[in-house]
Amino acid sequence: MATLIKGRRVVSESSPSPKDKVVRLEPGDEPSAVSLEGVTRVEINFPKFGDGRGYSIARLLRTRYGYRGELRAVGHITRDLLYFMESCGFDAYELREGENPREALASFEDFSHSYQRGYRTPLGA
Amino acid sequence: MYLYDEVDQQLVDERVRQFRGQTERFLAGQLSEDEFRALRLRNGLYIQRYAPMLRIAIPYGLLSSRQLRKLSEIARKYDRGYGHFSTRQNLQLNWPKLEQVPDILAELATVQMHAIQTSGNSFRNVTTDHFAGVAADEIVDSFVWCEILRQWSTFHPEFSYLPRKFKIALNGAKADRAAVGVHDIGLHAIKRGEQIGFRVLVGGGLGRTPIVGQVIREFLPWPHLLTYLEAILRVYNRFGRRDNIHKARIKILVKERGIDKFREEVEAEWAHLKHGPATLTSDDIERIETRFTRPRYEPLRDEDLSLAEPGFLNWKKRNVHAHKVPGYAAVTLSLKKTGVPPGDVTSDQMDAIAALAERYSSGELRVSHEQNLVLADVRQRDLQALWREARLLGLATPNIGLLTNIISCPGGDFCALANAKSIPVAQAIQERFDDLDYLHEIGELDLNISGCMNACGHHHVGHIGILGVDKNGEEWYQVEIGGNQAPASLGKVIGPSFARADIPDVIERLIVCYLENRDSEAERFVDVVHRIGIEPFKERVYGNPDQRAPRRERELAVA
Repeated sequence: MATLIKGRRVVSESSPSPKDKVVRLEPGDEPSAVSLEGVTRVEINFPKFGDGRGYSIARLLRTRYGYRGELRAVGHITRDLLYFMESCGFDAYELREGENPREALASFEDFSHSYQRGYRTPLGA
Repeated sequence: MYLYDEVDQQLVDERVRQFRGQTERFLAGQLSEDEFRALRLRNGLYIQRYAPMLRIAIPYGLLSSRQLRKLSEIARKYDRGYGHFSTRQNLQLNWPKLEQVPDILAELATVQMHAIQTSGNSFRNVTTDHFAGVAADEIVDSFVWCEILRQWSTFHPEFSYLPRKFKIALNGAKADRAAVGVHDIGLHAIKRGEQIGFRVLVGGGLGRTPIVGQVIREFLPWPHLLTYLEAILRVYNRFGRRDNIHKARIKILVKERGIDKFREEVEAEWAHLKHGPATLTSDDIERIETRFTRPRYEPLRDEDLSLAEPGFLNWKKRNVHAHKVPGYAAVTLSLKKTGVPPGDVTSDQMDAIAALAERYSSGELRVSHEQNLVLADVRQRDLQALWREARLLGLATPNIGLLTNIISCPGGDFCALANAKSIPVAQAIQERFDDLDYLHEIGELDLNISGCMNACGHHHVGHIGILGVDKNGEEWYQVEIGGNQAPASLGKVIGPSFARADIPDVIERLIVCYLENRDSEAERFVDVVHRIGIEPFKERVYGNPDQRAPRRERELAVA
């Protein structure tokens, strides 16, 4: 099973609870078409390492559609992407096979500053 | 020069650390080839035909003497003692060792340099007019705006994994010297009454599908520059094609949607982003402006140099340019001496040029997209002394704007993508047109060579463009005429391609045809092509249509 980082911690996934309402989005999906009512987790898939569409989807969910629940990056996720993903609003990451999760945590500190205003804002801000 | 603040420096240092870790993980087998490729490319590292190639960023082409000395030192220590200035105003090293690249980046960081996003599917180096700051027709200081764009486009969280590379050019003066029409986004400063803003072009580019950019917004007031760019980029990031690398540039999206539909989408996106956090204020501009050092000009008068020796006057005519301050001039050091690959400089030359820039200019130089170096602030009374020194260094070839000032990619001698070599073609042409009087007689002519259809040598916008093509493993060359950089127009192919040995003859015939047809010396080669069309040139090169048929059969037989 893939390793999960959530809220900058390595966690083991608890078995799905009936209260969970999960929506999974592919890179080509239109976030405005998804009903977010009662959704507890949105998963955005990154089928390929270099596919950057999910970043824009995350950004739209957080800044335009008011989504505040868990936003999880799944698919081809390595530590190299975590800093940007967090800046766009992700807070959970399913790392790809073979990635050391403890070492990966350090990547949230890859950069100490962001030139782009309005990114890396606290959730819902 | 823009001087880094603490944040700028910290980010560059942090990037070195990040890339060192990535290189170690790759060498330890923890990162796949594919993953590492995406990561190393955004640090300028290619794996080339014979060795890796490292492309070092020179943001908007502006470089200090101190930085140039560091580049010289790096080329000596980690490479073979020379570098290649590219058309994107960057410097390429052709022989670094992969495992030493983190050390090279660390050395660059000590002089506020880096190789960030010089390749890969991300924002590339923002380019501009190499006469920014000294041209009389300036509307805004291009360098300040380029630095704003550099910061905004560096490590952009949302737009770091675009469908394809993304090139922005900004022109701050009335005349377009930045070729804004052939960039993914072109920004041309304009003034409306007292208001400053930008005309925004989108979807231009060269490569295998050359397209001239279209105006998406006639006037964008400057405070909205970044929010508007974010809107364009979001539409592109989400909807640009990712299924086919050759259709992934924004020009294809704009073409498929049509400019009006594309504009509507961008405007709809912008409606949400406008007035958002990325909106610029005069404080933002001032914060950047004050970090630029400025040359201190002495009160001088223009010099009368008309009685100087003819060699100097030839050079002055081509390589010396007007300056907005009386008594000063801008000077181009030509990296296009016959026999030297266009844009190449040795470490010894770099050291000498750094010294020239300190002695004769403000300790700064600019890399032009024509692959030459510009000293922007030379006192006119020093011009003759500078000319003598530059001549000794082989940097005073008086050919700026002339046929032998050839733009060329590194081509098949170095590049893994190339179909054909470009440097030997450039040299053969330079050798053929070695007579200075004849060159001046021919007048302004841009000749650009690309070794493959990726068009790094900008052949589509050369008045004469040469493209290396592969025919069954053999190197052939296609010739286009009538391209122009600004206002942008694309050249037309004159006919079947040629063997390398024939190219100087072909150019010669094109030139003779031009000289016979021009109205006056003021009418340039490209003007004649636009006036009379390509047919007379075609005839001159291939013979008349009746004679042409057998030749074409021969070509086909070979192909």
